[in-house]
Amino acid sequence: MRTGVAFGLAHATLRLGGKVLWADLSLSVPNAEFVAVLGPNGTGKTSLLRTLLGLQPLSAGRVEVLGSAPRHGTPLVGYVPQQRAFDPDLTVRGRDLVAMGLNGHRWGFTVRPEPVERRVNEFLELVGARGYADAAIGRLSGGEQQRLRIAQALIGEPRLLLCDEPLLSLDMSSQQTIVQLLAEWSHRRGVTVVFVAHDINPLLGAVDRVLLLAGGRWAFGSVEEVLTSATLTRLYNSPVEVVRLGQRVVVVGAELGGHDHLPEHSAVSQ
Amino acid sequence: MIGLWHYAFIQHAVLAGVITALVAGCVGPFVIMRNMSFAVHGLAEVGFTGAAGAILAGLPPAAGVLTASFAAAAAIGLLGVRLRERDVAVGSVLAFGVGLGVLFLSLTSRYATEAFTILFGSILAVSQRDVERSLLVGVVALLALTAIYRPLRFASIDPEVAEARGVPVRFLSSAFLMILALAVTEAVQVVGALLVLTLLIVPAGAATRLTSDPVRTVAWSIAIALGATLGGLACAVSTSLPVSFFVSGFSFAAYLIARALGPRLLGAAGPAAPPDPETE
Repeated sequence: MRTGVAFGLAHATLRLGGKVLWADLSLSVPNAEFVAVLGPNGTGKTSLLRTLLGLQPLSAGRVEVLGSAPRHGTPLVGYVPQQRAFDPDLTVRGRDLVAMGLNGHRWGFTVRPEPVERRVNEFLELVGARGYADAAIGRLSGGEQQRLRIAQALIGEPRLLLCDEPLLSLDMSSQQTIVQLLAEWSHRRGVTVVFVAHDINPLLGAVDRVLLLAGGRWAFGSVEEVLTSATLTRLYNSPVEVVRLGQRVVVVGAELGGHDHLPEHSAVSQ
Repeated sequence: MIGLWHYAFIQHAVLAGVITALVAGCVGPFVIMRNMSFAVHGLAEVGFTGAAGAILAGLPPAAGVLTASFAAAAAIGLLGVRLRERDVAVGSVLAFGVGLGVLFLSLTSRYATEAFTILFGSILAVSQRDVERSLLVGVVALLALTAIYRPLRFASIDPEVAEARGVPVRFLSSAFLMILALAVTEAVQVVGALLVLTLLIVPAGAATRLTSDPVRTVAWSIAIALGATLGGLACAVSTSLPVSFFVSGFSFAAYLIARALGPRLLGAAGPAAPPDPETE
């Protein structure tokens, strides 16, 4: 599985509510790569993940995931969502959240908890969450919750891991921890990671390729290929300047991503 | 109450009470997890309409409660897909249902006392047949809940990830509404349509204050529902005041005690998280 294609799209188009999110999207991602998906709000980043999950059919073109058409609910594809608030009184502990990644989709209830518990402990250890695994999840910080999310996704041993803005509302050091965890796992296990983000900087050390979606257009390639003034100017259809400032990539004239709830065209100002 | 055990009506009341407390105790934590208090109330009020209709047609009121709350559960399931829609759907179904109930009541004024017992409970009047029906309904509800327990928890807590993992979130939502309709039918018999929350919400609400462990939550919820029901029965029999008053009193007391004790118990269960410094 180390070599070969994790997923691919051929002339894929997605139309939702009469609007073309992306058109003629063709790309192929090899196993064990770390792909960042960037782009303004409403350009279909989450819809792309839903397509790969088998929850969203394409309007045109083809999509293949791990050698076949996307199959909804396959254990080979994992999913990490955005951090969200849980009620502090919700009777769910960190370890329960992780266990759901292992068997939450199966009917009935857990008859023999010991083997499940052992495996859950193993993955809690992996993400460094043993210390707060018995506290209610609603009482944990965003960074702690997202570590549990990573364990929840990895415990199913997926070949492809889809992450939808898992860094949103986390501080810088938590962002780094989450990205490192995923990058290491991807490296060691040959797992492909697709990571929707609103900023490339926390991902710079981990990312192999970038898919940038903007205004129905797209670009795919390495950071150096995609995040250039010329490419962004073409995609955003207005002058954009990309500057390297030490370790950071700074984009002037456009938003790389966002949750600013503004229509995408407002990103093209200045 | 032990001295009165040889009376059949006491035996029936205790049996029906135990079955109801078991069902309510198991279903309650899910009601809280899914924010469905309003749906419970709605199903119960529509159940009242069903009872009034059944009386009008000369059928057993419990059959009317079951039919009506089942129909309402199906309607809510069809109308309200998302959480916000669901409240509006419940409200719409509830309002229409109670309107019909008023009509039925006005047509059956001779039996208004019977309708009154549906609103406030009639556990001391349950027959052998009622106990058998209650047992059947209870067994179906608990079997169904057992079958969907794990994916239902997943879908309730974490719908996005559950959907991604292939859990049939919409199906489970409808299935749980059906189970809820069964639980409401049970609870109406004990405490009445207006007081179902006292068995379906309050014990589970107290339980969530006492532990974060999901299995213990169900155990506490059952224990409190059982205690309130049996304690309420005992007090009602020895004072001849209404059962519903005592059941709701005991379960409210359990809730207040749990609220007072809760922070200490939960603090001991796991390291308290520091105030969230990580959200911007």
